[in-house]
Amino acid sequence: MTNVPNINDIKITPEIVKEHGLTEEEYQRIVSAMGREPNYTELGIYSVMWSEHCSYKSSRFHLKKLPTEAPWVIQGPGENAGVIDIGDGQAAIFKMESHNHPSYIEPYQGAATGVGGILRDVFTMGARPVANMNALRFGEPDHPKTRHLLAGVVEGIGGYGNCVGVPTVGGETNFDPSYNGNILVNAMTVGLADTDKIFYCAAAGVGNPVVYVGSKTGRDGIHGATMASAEFTEDSEEKRPTVQVGDPFTEKLLIEACLELMATDAIIAIQDMGAAGLTSSSVEMASKGGVGFELNLDKVPQREENMTPYEMCLSESQERMLMVLKPGREDMAKAIFEKWELDFAVIGEITDTGKLTLTFGGEVVGDMPINSLVEDAPEYERPYVPTPKREAVDVAAVNDLNKAVLDLIGGPNLCSRRWIWEQYDHMVMGDTIQRPGGDAAVIRVHGTGKALAISTDVTPRYCHADPVEGGRQAVAETWRNITAVGGTPLAITNCLNFGNPERKDIMGQFVGCLEGMGEACRALDYPIVSGNVSLYNETNGSGILPTPAIGGIGVMKDSDKMATISFKNEGEAIVLIGKTKNELGASLYQREVLGKDAGAPPHVDLALERRNGDFVRALIENGQVTTCHDLSDGGLIAALADMAIAGGIGASVAVDGELPLHAALFSETQARYLISADTETAETIRKEAKDAGIPVAVIGATGGKRLRVNNDAVDIPMSELARAHADWMPKFMAKT
Amino acid sequence: MKSAVIVFPGSNCDRDMAVALEKVTGHKPQMVWHQDHDFDTVDFIALPGGFSYGDYLRCGAMSARSHVMKEVVRRAEDGVPTLGICNGFQILTETGLLPGALMRNADLHFVCRDVKLSVENADTLFTQDYMEGEEILIPVAHHDGNYFADDDTLDELEAEGRVAFRYCADVNGSQRGIAGITNAKGNVLGMMPHPERMIEPALGGSHGRKLFTSIMNRLG
Amino acid sequence: MKARIHVTLKNGVLDPQGKAIEHALGNMGFDGINQARQGKFIELDLSETDRDKAETMVDEMCRKLLANTVIENYSIELE
Repeated sequence: MTNVPNINDIKITPEIVKEHGLTEEEYQRIVSAMGREPNYTELGIYSVMWSEHCSYKSSRFHLKKLPTEAPWVIQGPGENAGVIDIGDGQAAIFKMESHNHPSYIEPYQGAATGVGGILRDVFTMGARPVANMNALRFGEPDHPKTRHLLAGVVEGIGGYGNCVGVPTVGGETNFDPSYNGNILVNAMTVGLADTDKIFYCAAAGVGNPVVYVGSKTGRDGIHGATMASAEFTEDSEEKRPTVQVGDPFTEKLLIEACLELMATDAIIAIQDMGAAGLTSSSVEMASKGGVGFELNLDKVPQREENMTPYEMCLSESQERMLMVLKPGREDMAKAIFEKWELDFAVIGEITDTGKLTLTFGGEVVGDMPINSLVEDAPEYERPYVPTPKREAVDVAAVNDLNKAVLDLIGGPNLCSRRWIWEQYDHMVMGDTIQRPGGDAAVIRVHGTGKALAISTDVTPRYCHADPVEGGRQAVAETWRNITAVGGTPLAITNCLNFGNPERKDIMGQFVGCLEGMGEACRALDYPIVSGNVSLYNETNGSGILPTPAIGGIGVMKDSDKMATISFKNEGEAIVLIGKTKNELGASLYQREVLGKDAGAPPHVDLALERRNGDFVRALIENGQVTTCHDLSDGGLIAALADMAIAGGIGASVAVDGELPLHAALFSETQARYLISADTETAETIRKEAKDAGIPVAVIGATGGKRLRVNNDAVDIPMSELARAHADWMPKFMAKT
Repeated sequence: MKSAVIVFPGSNCDRDMAVALEKVTGHKPQMVWHQDHDFDTVDFIALPGGFSYGDYLRCGAMSARSHVMKEVVRRAEDGVPTLGICNGFQILTETGLLPGALMRNADLHFVCRDVKLSVENADTLFTQDYMEGEEILIPVAHHDGNYFADDDTLDELEAEGRVAFRYCADVNGSQRGIAGITNAKGNVLGMMPHPERMIEPALGGSHGRKLFTSIMNRLG
Repeated sequence: MKARIHVTLKNGVLDPQGKAIEHALGNMGFDGINQARQGKFIELDLSETDRDKAETMVDEMCRKLLANTVIENYSIELE
């Protein structure tokens, strides 16, 4: 150790402060919080703790306004993941997190470590991970990097998830030019635990051992958290070495070892080492517990030689956890980790100083008040301008409706994602009862008749056109997707992906989306229990569409009643629940078929959303309906096509003349569902709906080998439709 | 029927295998950790799927050299019925209990989907409840399922009726569409598809059940 | 003593990864590649100082673990 140059001898200059992503004001704030100049290691620690990624300094003020409570919420935001009660003494633990910047720089490892990180957030709390989901956004298909990024991200998600043996059960993938230089990779994990076996991160008990487990620490990912908080410039690609490399095999061992130790009573607190590694995990644990930590960095298991305290504190090496154990349980815990061939080291203890004290080579190399690292972090109420409202516009019809339908169904946005999800093991663990491709993924709660329904959604087009409406719609769509399979939506997690918050218009998008989300959560009794914010998704001043990705969870009491989107029998009646309005503003039809993006997006009437959804869910729960699909991108005709393709059964429908035909087919009016049932049941449903004041119409019947609307206004052979739907993605990915 | 499921670091279909065995045969298997090389006498041994040792070096290479596998090889050579699914099949080829090797899929992608198999030999202890030529739907989930052996070995496998299952359409580039093979004695079966994932309609079908009932009916 | 081991697929064994490399290089404009084959490189730091003994030992390691001789060849360099 003696030959390590003392990094703390480096003099802090304004340049060094700037390189750490801190402003001069923020630096002065550090000096006054510490009562002295920080040394180099301390500066590094402050810089990551006060980065946007760790401190939420631009978003905190607004995040506080979101609803986070309900009787079934056990733990809301602020822990590693959210926890909700799903009955019978069981809890679902879940969270979604972004790994955008690393995935753009190195798509395989970026996406893989994104999955690894979110898995750790969930099993840290005592849950066995049971499902992974993801929400992916790429640039326009023709952009030279899109294929490479898509291929790498999908391989990375699969490479990690498949190996750890947690099924990747669904997600969403979109393309838009705004993501050309900033792709979005949002990964979500859902786990299950017993409500009396949930673990938190608050450290307690002066003198108790602080234990490091998992992989050794190397120099990877140093300053990843700072990178995730900076806007991209052309030379960002030079930053490749800071990308971490994941080892899913070690993660699998870590899951098993942690769950084995959690079955005992040895753990007081546990936290994964995520962004900003050892630093943020120890600060988090000490801060939540109101205690101090003294860590001896010589004891940290190291993979590389001559590592400095600065590097050890800021390394983002993967597959590591920090725990506080009850005194005397170290040997038992160590035996478990050794059985799983993982490192185990007592690296420090809890103190009553309220400080994070770091020693190395017998010297104190860092000594910072925990409070100042967390509570003194800057909070900005950044100025913003609301996005101007768009006027309603007339959206033109097209002559060839068949072509329009085929272009949409066989285009990048609505085509089958099979090429993607076949690369994910979506069946391992033996409880996937609704595979990818439907409205929501459904997995059984192992060993019970219950199931969880999971969906991730957002329509960035709408968020861009009207952030408030878009925020509402994102929440409402997950709610609707969970409802459409028969689930009762309970809570959401979110990943708020936006551009540079220092720009007033971007901040306006952020504030607007949150306002809409909050409204929807309140109206639907659907609180936010966890989440993450990813700002600065910009390259050379060009920001992404506002993308508040929502991951929703619902529960189904009787999994046998589950609905799917596929038509199951010929000769069934097709019933539309909800009334279609002429809402083609910001629609997929307008963008893809007409090449325009104008007008206000569809309005989300939350009361109507709830009424129609509750009605549909009751039909499924009563066993009246097993075929159901919500209407979203592409409208009625897109939903109808999905149902016909999935079932391999054609359909013939007639829509009345109140609206122009192209509006009836492509309008994206919210709160609508299509169901199918035998004619007798359909008639009962129609009457029940009428009595309940729910708009309802029997619009046609299943059967045949063609998809037809109003005789031959649309008339496409099923084989042609299915081929268009299936072929786009594999053909696109085969072009290299 | 007393069975054992061998668990390696990185196995991840061990629970699925145990659930299938219990649901179909009514008997809970014993889970054997890779370091417990001295496990109970059992009627049947299963090597489950997963990524043992992270698939590092080669799929199944490390597990095949573990202590527990020495014991499994010994018992399999003594005639104890032994089934390897997916990673289990890879391990069996690495030990030499089964010939050939499983290479990276021809299109280089991991593949997880239901595939049609034809039962090529319904006269083995693992397939006796199927009919010869029966087409069954069973999922695959692998990155390295591309079966390779030299022509002489392939000819021998075919001549001796040791190709138990064949893919009805190409999935991964396997030679002669081979999805599962037995050893010369017929007491060891390795296959890439996952019958344990198809044991009830809620999971997409029940075509995997007969594999387990075959074993149970033979062993009692 | 250092042992450097190259593990390559045997001739006649299809090498889909090598094919992909060949294809990608061709697309990038690197002409004149007749064939690409990929393999593994393993480096061992040995305490053994006797060259013959080391060679025998590493050869055994290759046969027993590092290469699958059903599909792979190996070569050993010692220094």
